[in-house]
Amino acid sequence: MDGFTALYIFMLAAFTGYEVISRVPVILHTPLMSGSNFVHGVVLIGAMVALGHADPEDPVQLAIGFVAVFLGAANAAGGYIVTERMLGMFKAGGRKQGGAQ
Amino acid sequence: MTSNWFVNMAYFVVAVVFILGLKAMASPVSARRGIVWAGFAMVGATVVTFFTPGLHNVGLMVLAIVLGGGVAWYSGKIVKMTDMPQMVAIYNGMGGGAAAGIAAIELVRGVPHDGVTSTLLALGAIIGAVAFSGSCVAFAKLQGLMTKAIRLRAQNNVNFFLTLATFGVGLTVAYADAPGGFEIFLFFALALALGVVLVMPIGGADMPVVISLLNAFTGLAVGFKGFVIGNPALIVAGIVVGASGMLLTQLMAKAMNRPIRNIIFTPLTGAAAEGG
Repeated sequence: MDGFTALYIFMLAAFTGYEVISRVPVILHTPLMSGSNFVHGVVLIGAMVALGHADPEDPVQLAIGFVAVFLGAANAAGGYIVTERMLGMFKAGGRKQGGAQ
Repeated sequence: MTSNWFVNMAYFVVAVVFILGLKAMASPVSARRGIVWAGFAMVGATVVTFFTPGLHNVGLMVLAIVLGGGVAWYSGKIVKMTDMPQMVAIYNGMGGGAAAGIAAIELVRGVPHDGVTSTLLALGAIIGAVAFSGSCVAFAKLQGLMTKAIRLRAQNNVNFFLTLATFGVGLTVAYADAPGGFEIFLFFALALALGVVLVMPIGGADMPVVISLLNAFTGLAVGFKGFVIGNPALIVAGIVVGASGMLLTQLMAKAMNRPIRNIIFTPLTGAAAEGG
């Protein structure tokens, strides 16, 4: 990838990230942290590509790649389930209990 | 070629959905919808990646995904609601570890990179490894496995020199034509130690802010890895999380009425006060 194109992508993505959550209520801080934790679980696809291009004859590369994919998958799956549970609880709490809690 | 176009187009859509999902998660009304969208995008991205041309070791890949995803899904499902913050910490650390792992493979393979890419490779590896070991310490503290805030003597100097050594070795390794196994090992050992040393002195009450900061770090590491392996979806998702994570860290620190500098560096000023 062209260096300057990459730099522009970097800049625009940074502003996007900043803007997307600039007016978030305090109650959503933790779920949003968890949600963004899930989003960087996309590292999984990077790890898959890295393992996919590893030399099948070299056990060191295979081992590192396996661990990387394992960790990436855990990041994505764990991040999703935790965020989903957090947000689910908060919605159910608001509706069913009518603010009793 | 066709399949490559298809894969890239899918990554583009995934990046857009991630941003929309995060946007939705920033508002209470649509938060639930946001995570579900992002979840579909993640599954899509994973499936599509199998169609990348020239991919080897697919069996091993599937096994790793099933094991990693399964373990995390199960542990996330059974954990008590009150224990959520440390689960976020450990999953975040795993993401950082994955980013560091990608860097390790690139280094072991010894693929030549240009200057900018080598620098980003080293930076991403350091940040990822720090996020990994730092998150493990944060997890241990919140889980009650590690109850005391451990402060080294001259913590300040240890942090400084360890950081210097990590960056020195990291850049040397990244710029070397064919880095040796020992140098690569030393580099990752130093970076992991740095994460431990940085987070160890911080008290449990400040952990949510630290986890948020480490989360932003992992985002950056993932973004840098995106540059190294030339995957724009990783760049966009990683940098968006990096920037929003930094902002979120500031907001959380503000909500606790504690400037971020105090949280990260209190142990240092504390040590200095004792000394003087």
